[in-house]
Amino acid sequence: MDWLLHPLTLVTFLPLVGVLILLFLREEQKEIIRWVALGTSLATFIVSLVVLAQFQPSNPELQLVIRRVWIQVAGWDIAYHLGVDGLSILLVLLTTFLTPISILSTWTAIEERVKEFMIFFLLLEVGMVGVFLALDLFLFYIFWEFTLVPMYFLIGIWGGPRRMYAAIKFFLYTMAGSILMLLAILWLGIRGGTFSLPELIAQNNIPADVQIWLFLAFAAAFAIKVPMWPLHSWLPDAHVEAPTAGSVILAGVLLKMGTYGFLRFNLALFPQAAVQLAPIMAVLAVIGILYGAAVSFPQQDVKKLVAYSSVSHLGFVMLGLFALNPQGIQGSILQMVNHGISTGALFLIVGMIYERRHTRDMDAFGGLWKVMPVYGALTLIVALSSMGLPGLNGFVGEFTILLGAWEAGQSDGSLRSYLYAGFAAIGVILAAIYMLTMFQKLFLGPLDKEENRQLKDLNWREIVTLVPLVILIFWIGLYPKPFFSLMAPAVDKLVGNLALSVAALP
Amino acid sequence: MNGSVFNVTMFLAIFPELWIFALATLVLILELALPKAQHRSLGWVTAIGLLLGIGVGLVVAVPSPQAQLVWGDLIRFDRLGFVFSLLFMFGASMTALFSSNLEKLGQRGDFYVLMLVSTLGMCLMASASDIIMLYLAIETTSIPLYILAGFYKDDEKSTEAGFKYLLFGAMTSAVMLFGFSYLYGLAGTTNLYELANQVLRNQLSPFLLYGVLGLILVGFAFKISAFPFHFWAPDVYTGAPTPIAGFLSTASKAAGFAVLVRVLWVGFPEVQPYWVYILSGVSIATMTLGNLLALAQRDMKRLLAYSSIAHAGYALIGFVAVSELGITSVIFYLVVYLLTNLAAFGTVAVFEKTSGSSEIASFAGLSRRSPWLAIMMLVAFLSLAGMPPFGGFVTKFAVFAAAVDRGLIGLAVVGVLNSIVGLYYYLTVLKVIYLYRSEEEHVAVPVPQASLLALAVLCIGVIAMGIFIAPGFNIALLGARALW
Repeated sequence: MDWLLHPLTLVTFLPLVGVLILLFLREEQKEIIRWVALGTSLATFIVSLVVLAQFQPSNPELQLVIRRVWIQVAGWDIAYHLGVDGLSILLVLLTTFLTPISILSTWTAIEERVKEFMIFFLLLEVGMVGVFLALDLFLFYIFWEFTLVPMYFLIGIWGGPRRMYAAIKFFLYTMAGSILMLLAILWLGIRGGTFSLPELIAQNNIPADVQIWLFLAFAAAFAIKVPMWPLHSWLPDAHVEAPTAGSVILAGVLLKMGTYGFLRFNLALFPQAAVQLAPIMAVLAVIGILYGAAVSFPQQDVKKLVAYSSVSHLGFVMLGLFALNPQGIQGSILQMVNHGISTGALFLIVGMIYERRHTRDMDAFGGLWKVMPVYGALTLIVALSSMGLPGLNGFVGEFTILLGAWEAGQSDGSLRSYLYAGFAAIGVILAAIYMLTMFQKLFLGPLDKEENRQLKDLNWREIVTLVPLVILIFWIGLYPKPFFSLMAPAVDKLVGNLALSVAALP
Repeated sequence: MNGSVFNVTMFLAIFPELWIFALATLVLILELALPKAQHRSLGWVTAIGLLLGIGVGLVVAVPSPQAQLVWGDLIRFDRLGFVFSLLFMFGASMTALFSSNLEKLGQRGDFYVLMLVSTLGMCLMASASDIIMLYLAIETTSIPLYILAGFYKDDEKSTEAGFKYLLFGAMTSAVMLFGFSYLYGLAGTTNLYELANQVLRNQLSPFLLYGVLGLILVGFAFKISAFPFHFWAPDVYTGAPTPIAGFLSTASKAAGFAVLVRVLWVGFPEVQPYWVYILSGVSIATMTLGNLLALAQRDMKRLLAYSSIAHAGYALIGFVAVSELGITSVIFYLVVYLLTNLAAFGTVAVFEKTSGSSEIASFAGLSRRSPWLAIMMLVAFLSLAGMPPFGGFVTKFAVFAAAVDRGLIGLAVVGVLNSIVGLYYYLTVLKVIYLYRSEEEHVAVPVPQASLLALAVLCIGVIAMGIFIAPGFNIALLGARALW
């Protein structure tokens, strides 16, 4: 039974213990329910720190691997197979870190059906952590799909006025993509005689023309999740309608499942297709960067602005991934974390003002700094981080990605043109414009709306939810080395494999 | 084998049938002996009796891997029939529990007797190795079901359902019997396992065989409600007593598949490309039609009827992937589908009893009225939709895998696209249950003990099948290997 007490099993399934406790509490015991949920998610976070402590950064291989036979019939080989390496460790930590923060943010925002809310939230955490740890394609798919149902209900029950439309759209978009991936998984598993990812990578014998199809099938699932332009249209709806905590997790973690999927599966399983398709993916990424930024600018709804800015930020992540060099990929992974922190914080900030004023229309505000200085200061830091000000986390990620994209623009790189990096850099400028406009409309100018004069500044609970995020914003911005050193060996190994495949190309 | 000498094996071979027969007799006697107030307990007697039968059967009557023909070669004592027999008994037992709280249904002994006789027929269907026996078994199954579908005599819809079912059933089984008669004329034998040899020896024209096979397929397609013989299902499911609709859509359908597997695989290997071709088309048409029509439904039972048509299509995918994995996936599919769909109809039956309606809209706010019932519907519907970690996902995975394994990528793609359509309407139901509010929210929906037990067993089964996959799969594999 050693696998049951293995840290990776614990970090994945510990939230289920909370779910079990919650099932036997009564709906009226709201306070206890909230504390149980928060306690469970904090315990999960602590376990994830234990995982980090046991993790050896210098080792590029998968670590803490558990593998137990699950289904071995009819020539299938499906295993309960978990492991962690430099590509996934930060995302696992991000998930376990954002979950308690999100739960804390619901303390007064969610008053109805608290028990169900917390149950769905903890179930969601199981799925998310599982996605980042699973090394068996079958198991991965189960976790991947498993995240859909709780998120569907989080949007559908506790969301805004158009919640049902948004929830169904979210579900169908994601499902449509992932079911194509299922076919590709079946094909791979049956052909290779195993569903184990490391073994399939080691086989490395998929013909180049088939790789393209498989790459596209996996990409369908991941590109919708990311979301890449032009498959992004579910995202603004889902984000705007979702409750604050749902938006935080959606932006912070669920979108990363898509980028992580590209990194873990597409690049590793289909290296030749990845090299061949890299320019196309990069074009889509750059369009996403510019489109997201351009559409963010005219938004009146703050939450919608943040949602579209996600499309832009994730374009950077995708560009870095398909630079296919160490800088690009390292920058991408860091930018996944950065986006989770900054955009998560932005959604929290939007949620706080919405809870007070029940509107998110920018014209309803103005001059808020005078009544809510703490809120204003925190928002400023987060907004600056999101637009990539040097010294804060966003800059480090975007800069590294741009470096990678520039290098990939050389004649022997994956992109073979400097235009990608050039256009992407415009996105940074656009981000500054829309973020600062938003800040100005909300906080500067005269305090001329009567309703805004009585607004209370943040309370202790709200400060506690934001401060850990702000600390990380500074930490990554000023001293990113520990984060890079966690992922560097694994990224180098991945890039090394890619280079071998490029050499094999005709 | 000599039919005139009795031996133990012969009786073991029909152990499920004997047990069910004895149980039906017991129920009849008890109905006379017990006062009317205690007639509810007949449901428990039936259910527990059947479960006991499964238990005893597993101890004493497990067939050896080496199949035997018994009773003058009418019955094949093998694991395929055994697996299916136990499945039917389980399904009947759950149906009895669901029925026991319904006033006009559960307090009448004749109801349980009819259901048991029908189950007996299904067991024979699964193990018949002779077309005469097969035809008798099919009729033994069908005739009680016609009566059961029309059991509410004073309800017009139920009467209509019974009558429609009877007309359709009689028609298709006549066509099938016509096909059987030709088969005997051509091959000179009624034994399925001889048939293939005879066909080879007599060098029959394949065109003749195509025609005969087409006639026979009519009867089978009716049983599994496959296109184009699916028309009866929505009307019959809506009118019939809800537990019976559940029984029809699961056990009866599984019995149809059991026969289909044996007859086509054993009797007609010579013209395999032909029936693979036909059934691929039927599979695509069935699932597409079922799913598309389900989108437009407003009544829960009609929706489940169309969904059950669609599921026949999915199961056929595994069937036309002609391989051991294919057959295994079909059996596995049917096992999990039986659990899932019985749970779905069971929850509808419970809800209908309180609200008097099976309109989808009337399920609004169910998650507040009865959280546990809502969770059970959630499990059942997500499993039907093929979402992990429920059994429905694994079985869909298995049939698609069987198709991909044989290179039928196109068929798998159609199946996958269909799953998306299916997902949409299952989600719509869950949306009504979980997201909509209603004015009757404060009125709880009580779940009677018997139904609660059955639902709990079924839901736990669905989840267990989805998580511990190997046991279920291995049982299906045992069944599949016994085919030859």
